[in-house]
Amino acid sequence: MNSTPPSLFLARSNLQLLIDRLAEQGFEVIGPTISQAAIVYDRISSVSDLPQGWTDRQAPGEYRLERRDDDQLFGYVVGPHSWKRYLFPPLTTLTTADLTTNGWQMRAADDNPPKYAFLGVRACELAAIRVQDKVFLEGAYVDPVYQRRRQNAFIVAVNCTQAASTCFCTSMETGPRCRSGFDLALTELFDGFEVEVGTPAGAELLRQLPTTSIAEQQLADAEQRRQQAVDQITRKLDTEGIRDLLLTRLNHPRWEEVGQRCLSCTNCTMVCPTCFCSSVEEVSDLEGQHSERERRWDSCFNLDFSYVSGGPVRRDIRSRYRQWLTHKLASWIDQFGSSGCVGCGRCITWCPVGIDITEEVAALRKEAP
Amino acid sequence: MSAKPKPKVGVFKFASCDGCQLSLLSAEDELLTIAGKIDIAYFLEATSRIDEGPYDIALVEGSITTPTDALRIRDIRQRSKFLITIGACATAGGIQALRNWADHDEFVRAVYARPEYIETLATSTPIAEHVPVDFELRGCPINRHQLVEVIVSLVAGRKPKTPSHSVCLDCKRRGTVCITVAQGIPCLGPVTQSGCGAICPSYDRGCYGCFGPAKQCNTGSLCQQLLADGTPAPELVQLLRNYNGYAPEFRQQSEQLETQA
Ligand code: SF4
Ligand code: SF4
Ligand code: SF4
Ligand code: SF4
Repeated sequence: MNSTPPSLFLARSNLQLLIDRLAEQGFEVIGPTISQAAIVYDRISSVSDLPQGWTDRQAPGEYRLERRDDDQLFGYVVGPHSWKRYLFPPLTTLTTADLTTNGWQMRAADDNPPKYAFLGVRACELAAIRVQDKVFLEGAYVDPVYQRRRQNAFIVAVNCTQAASTCFCTSMETGPRCRSGFDLALTELFDGFEVEVGTPAGAELLRQLPTTSIAEQQLADAEQRRQQAVDQITRKLDTEGIRDLLLTRLNHPRWEEVGQRCLSCTNCTMVCPTCFCSSVEEVSDLEGQHSERERRWDSCFNLDFSYVSGGPVRRDIRSRYRQWLTHKLASWIDQFGSSGCVGCGRCITWCPVGIDITEEVAALRKEAP
Repeated sequence: MSAKPKPKVGVFKFASCDGCQLSLLSAEDELLTIAGKIDIAYFLEATSRIDEGPYDIALVEGSITTPTDALRIRDIRQRSKFLITIGACATAGGIQALRNWADHDEFVRAVYARPEYIETLATSTPIAEHVPVDFELRGCPINRHQLVEVIVSLVAGRKPKTPSHSVCLDCKRRGTVCITVAQGIPCLGPVTQSGCGAICPSYDRGCYGCFGPAKQCNTGSLCQQLLADGTPAPELVQLLRNYNGYAPEFRQQSEQLETQA
């Protein structure tokens, strides 16, 4: 595709048709909904499942749902869940083995994931999916579990029209504008959406919906709303020369300092939409006749995660925090050609003690006294 | 299948509620299979058979609270090759270790009509303070799957797989939204060892620390944050002094909070 089709207008009253069409085409639609005092990603079937009239207030170590004074459907940013939960599930059975008279019979575990349609994917999340695509699909070894889910996924992105205090996508050059990686992208207006097309599949779906051409005034309104998100972003992470900076400051006293505060609880890695670590374990029945190989989300903050013969490699919290931060922002670049951080701010909000990756980098930039 | 004799197992009770032994009994699905692999030589809660040992494996429930029990555990240790404590009482002193911060004589006088008949120690202490322990299985109560794993792995001669990560990891795997961050509810999950599968936060209750302190837990930092967020120090002391209150990491922290307050 070399020319982008012009965007169209979808009335708010017709958003349900978008969800219906996706469902009719066999997609399981996952979108934002309120559960457990937060906006999470779960199965939705109706516009009424969306957090209409709700927003989120976020700060280091703090998240609160709040009422809006309007009835916007997408008037909040990213929450505790990410799409990673669906593309790279927390628990997967990889293979099974049965002891037979001819010895062990190994086979790949059954895996027939639904065809997912994701509604409400933000720019930073598109970037995170792109990062995980590189990790799971574009290296020497393709991950079949991720691939089976990813290849059929239909993505309806949403441009942010506001930002949280924890967002810093502008620093990481991943947002807040959705530029690629979606089938359709919405910008929420007062009475509907500006809809942009990203792929032929997106164009095809849009053809099945009652859209109208979009007025100059509506385009200007959409642009202004998107600009509002840009203007609200206050948090910054200076990425200039970051790889060399971090890798030459491995003995900076700040690591010790943050190691005193960090709980090594793994929350930051679990909520991070790009973190991909897992551990694989054989789980056998009591008789030793049947065994399943299970893969679970795991984290570099776990002491046992770096356990090798003789003990763990990263023996204190200081070195585990340093491993996380230097991988995310420095050695990730060597490994995958981009930063591992997309600036979504989740690790800041969901850290129980509010450790802020941007503040840590700023402190590490300062020469040790 | 093998000609090896089945390992002899003894199950012993000290000061406890029996909940951990019950976990073994309620492992119905697995129990028959396990029973075929081991020789249950002593388990008063399940059988009247009394075999004096020696035992290949001793499973010990409960804490040491009387002078008699302090001697009895030594005797059991001498007759056992491999001694495993099961549960928070045996591993950390249990809820009854609350007496360690109180006047035990006063308790005895208040509770018993004839206090002179009562012979107890002033403290409730973990088994490991009395004899060497080979493996500690945490939890109040223990997780029966973990208990089965420990028994099966011992029989098979491999190391048991009992994870040592925080409860938070389980919250995230199961998709529970953090109740501390989203609702301001104090939770011990970040410093508590996994084992229950993060049940309480999924019911909007903070973790009570049933499986005891996680390895290298940073209880000081967590408590500072909870204090700063408005949980009063006495409430934090109570949170830390539950089933594993006497475990060193929780004990030090609650004592420090008490002197601060
Ligand atoms: S980081 Fe940017 S793209 Fe992501 S939610 Fe915040 S404003 Fe939106
Ligand atoms: S490191 Fe933090 S801000 Fe960056 S992508 Fe991960 S969770 Fe988001
Ligand atoms: S940085 Fe925060 S969320 Fe991450 S392990 Fe440390 S305390 Fe937990
Ligand atoms: S609810 Fe408790 S255990 Fe769960 S993530 Fe939050 S702090 Fe950790």
